[in-house]
Amino acid sequence: MTNKQYASKTGRLTVKNLIKYYGKLCAVDDISFSIEPGICFGLLGPNGAGKTTTIEIIEGITKPTSGKILYNDSPRNRSFWEVIGVQFQSTELLSFLTVRESIQTFMRLYQNQVPLDQLIRICSLEDIQHQENRKISGGQKQRLMLAIALANNPDLIFLDEPTTGLDPQSRRHLWEIVEGIKRKGKTIVLTTHYMEEAQILCDEIIIVDKGKIIAQGAPEDLITQKCAGQIIRLPQEDVSKNVLQLLDSSQQYAWHMDSTRKYILIQTQTINDCLELLMNNQVDLSRLTLRPHNLEDLFLQLTGKALRH
Amino acid sequence: MSRFWSIFIARNKEYYRDRASFGWNIMFPFLVIFGFALIFQNGGQRPYKIAVLTSQTIHPVIQSQVCSHDLLSCIPYTDKNMAIDKLNHHKLDMVMENTSQPFKYWINKSSPKGILSEGLLTRKTLSKDEQNQRLIKQTIDSKPVYYIEWLFPGIISMGMMFSSLFGIGFSIVRYRQNGVLKRLKATPITSFEYLCAQIISRLLMIVTTNVILYAGCSWLFDFQCKGSLIHLLVFFMIGTISVISLGLIVAARTKTEELAHGMLNMITWPMMFLSEVWFSIEDAPQWIKYFAQCLPLSHVTQGLRLIMNDGVHLFDLSSEIFYLSVMTIIFLSIGSFLFKWTQ
Repeated sequence: MTNKQYASKTGRLTVKNLIKYYGKLCAVDDISFSIEPGICFGLLGPNGAGKTTTIEIIEGITKPTSGKILYNDSPRNRSFWEVIGVQFQSTELLSFLTVRESIQTFMRLYQNQVPLDQLIRICSLEDIQHQENRKISGGQKQRLMLAIALANNPDLIFLDEPTTGLDPQSRRHLWEIVEGIKRKGKTIVLTTHYMEEAQILCDEIIIVDKGKIIAQGAPEDLITQKCAGQIIRLPQEDVSKNVLQLLDSSQQYAWHMDSTRKYILIQTQTINDCLELLMNNQVDLSRLTLRPHNLEDLFLQLTGKALRH
Repeated sequence: MSRFWSIFIARNKEYYRDRASFGWNIMFPFLVIFGFALIFQNGGQRPYKIAVLTSQTIHPVIQSQVCSHDLLSCIPYTDKNMAIDKLNHHKLDMVMENTSQPFKYWINKSSPKGILSEGLLTRKTLSKDEQNQRLIKQTIDSKPVYYIEWLFPGIISMGMMFSSLFGIGFSIVRYRQNGVLKRLKATPITSFEYLCAQIISRLLMIVTTNVILYAGCSWLFDFQCKGSLIHLLVFFMIGTISVISLGLIVAARTKTEELAHGMLNMITWPMMFLSEVWFSIEDAPQWIKYFAQCLPLSHVTQGLRLIMNDGVHLFDLSSEIFYLSVMTIIFLSIGSFLFKWTQ
């Protein structure tokens, strides 16, 4: 397939029976999925789950042990690199080049090039475009890496944990840029640790653990299917051991401590019954909060461990 | 071509904006010139050092018959034990008592320089008649090649070798370590385009610094290249590309700068000694001479000397150019074949 054919439409990516071994360790264990054009597709999972290996195999950085990657239903060839954009989890750039020159350097490697000033504007790099790479902050560097990933106006963009290590403001700034890219109909493949990020940006996700896909679908659909009900949060000191034993004895409720170990989280699909049980046992509900399930709850339910484990 | 230029331009900018590295590379030739100027001022250092045991002035007979020799340098010493100890450790070549003839002296029998000093002393103390009875002196008519003129092409070769091997080796290994190469792999650039850009960029830098070195030394020491400067430049570039290509083999897969450092030292040190940069290996065993011919630096040094010292035309260096070109093709092929973008 030629570049023009690739460039004429945003392609469909298919991964079939992908397996990757590092020595005896199976990093990717026979996974298959396909990504429809124009969506933001999320790969979620804890460290070592095989997300980065999977994404790097698709990008052509790592060779798979076996399996097929198809782009527009054909095997990838050299032209594939003309239509993809890549942002790695951690990469250095040439330290003594300016931000503008770095984008220019990568842009010249492609046949298709986005106007430089437009790219700088999209990624909000105007103020630092003449600064050398070694003098920019982490957030600025991530925006620069994103600009480089977009330098060839790619149809398919891989973002590997683009916001890891950024402060909340920088993270939200990057999300806005990614939302802008989505609106242009580009296909985005995103790996992330942040469930909030995946919930906001992704149209479809797969959750990977120990190299296998353990859930796949739209985030809201998955939450609705697998985590029906609500979560009640109460301060630990407000809930007696007696109440916890009652919760344990019932099949309707599941509880655990939150990560701060100051609050008890009770999962329930029968909110009225649960509140009645608590009130009947003289639990003080004045500090109770109620929230719906989110992706993190889904992950905990599926794997039994926190995402940042 | 645009991909090649993109990396070539980026690498050059990286190079000249790294002030410390760029400054050192520009300063290094000047330091070499300065060192030369110090060593070769007043005809150069006298190679044989003789300690004269005296607490006052050196005896006029020793002064006139020994110290006046162009190759002998007299150093007054008050402590005989210290002088003998230094003689034993090859820091001095001879120790003399401060008397008139007959001279009383000590040498270290295991020191070649000591034995040569003794020979010079013996010759100096013989009368002209005695010398003429025993020796018939003949001189060559052609213009002699002075040591500095013989040494200078070797110095240029050596500087080029270090800059080529360490320059290309370290930069590629560093880029592999910090992920720059990995990022480039996810673009349409090929390893051949990338490596060519690295080679040409390094070549440009080496040629620039060596032109400065040549101009500075030529001006300071008033020596001239007997051959064509254009031929010299062309041959130097052919040789440099060959040595850079050798560096690519080291950089092709090496994962850390520490390992690269060890491997480069393993290549550079034998190459420096066997390529006749500092001294001739005429008397070395035949197998060493054959081995030396397999090193690109031997051909570079030999070719540069033939152009600079003997005024040889580039066409007459066809065998050197052939060997260097074959080596370049072999090194580049191996380097490109082995090259890995990622760790």
